[in-house]
Amino acid sequence: MADATLAPVFEPTPLPVRDIMPWAIFAAVIGVIAFYFTGLEQGATAVFDGSAIHEYVHDARHLLGFPCH
Amino acid sequence: MVGKLLMRGLLVGLLAGIVAFGIAYLFGEPPLSEAILFEEQMAALEVPDPHAVEEEAPVSRTTQATTGLLTGTVILSMGLGGMFAIVFAFAHGRLGHLGVPQSSALLAALCFVTVSLVPWLKYPANPPASTFDDTVAYRTQLYFLMLALSIAASAGSLMLRRKLLPQHGAWRASVIAVICYLVAVGLVLGAMPAVNETPEAFPADVFWDFRIASLGIMFVIWAVIGLAFGIAAERLFPGRPAARGGILTA
Repeated sequence: MADATLAPVFEPTPLPVRDIMPWAIFAAVIGVIAFYFTGLEQGATAVFDGSAIHEYVHDARHLLGFPCH
Repeated sequence: MVGKLLMRGLLVGLLAGIVAFGIAYLFGEPPLSEAILFEEQMAALEVPDPHAVEEEAPVSRTTQATTGLLTGTVILSMGLGGMFAIVFAFAHGRLGHLGVPQSSALLAALCFVTVSLVPWLKYPANPPASTFDDTVAYRTQLYFLMLALSIAASAGSLMLRRKLLPQHGAWRASVIAVICYLVAVGLVLGAMPAVNETPEAFPADVFWDFRIASLGIMFVIWAVIGLAFGIAAERLFPGRPAARGGILTA
């Protein structure tokens, strides 16, 4: 690791995992909801009746690569 | 600290969603409209069902192509931006001797390959009228399985790299990890079942334009997130701590 001592770069200190966990769970919940409503609702599966959500995000769903119909 | 990173990730995702909407509108909507035109032509050829009731579209094409498209890209990009911030919080300082903007850009490139490019290689975006309606649940399962395997391959390779690092050094550990990654992805791409439902008459140029536009949209989302997050998060890490000896976490 001789290059590591010569290189003028610094080593960033990693954030402790226990500080990240609560935020990770929070972000995962937001992310899953975002994924679900843009990608899946009233398509592959449905919580609400009808097709309004599907039709509204229809173009985005196709273009973002989710299987749509 | 992590909360501040998350907030910046969501805002950067908002920005990425707006930019992605512009790209989607300019490059994605033309082939999408042509696919819908093809769908209508096919429907016109069929014998009309005398019992069919003319359904009124709940959302107009204009709404779908403007506010609907914007809503979709913004919501998904904000979700991706938020999760990116968390992955960044884990990865920064564990990926190598990188500053905040460099970590952010590298991580976004890895996210693009893992979350967008590799699943796209097996199950690329499909325009309307190119798939069967009643296989959507099956195709969705395949898509998410592919996504999960892609994430597993990337995470596994990064862990392998970390494990090899003390003995082999950064360069060789990286090369070995990338080779293992490519083999794993190749095996997954080969093993996952193919989906070929496209009607023969479907115009090939529309298909190509649509899929390239879709990949371009995902690239732009990750590029904006990676570059903008690096700038937005840098001020949260004040100063440049002095280099320490015996670095093995690179």
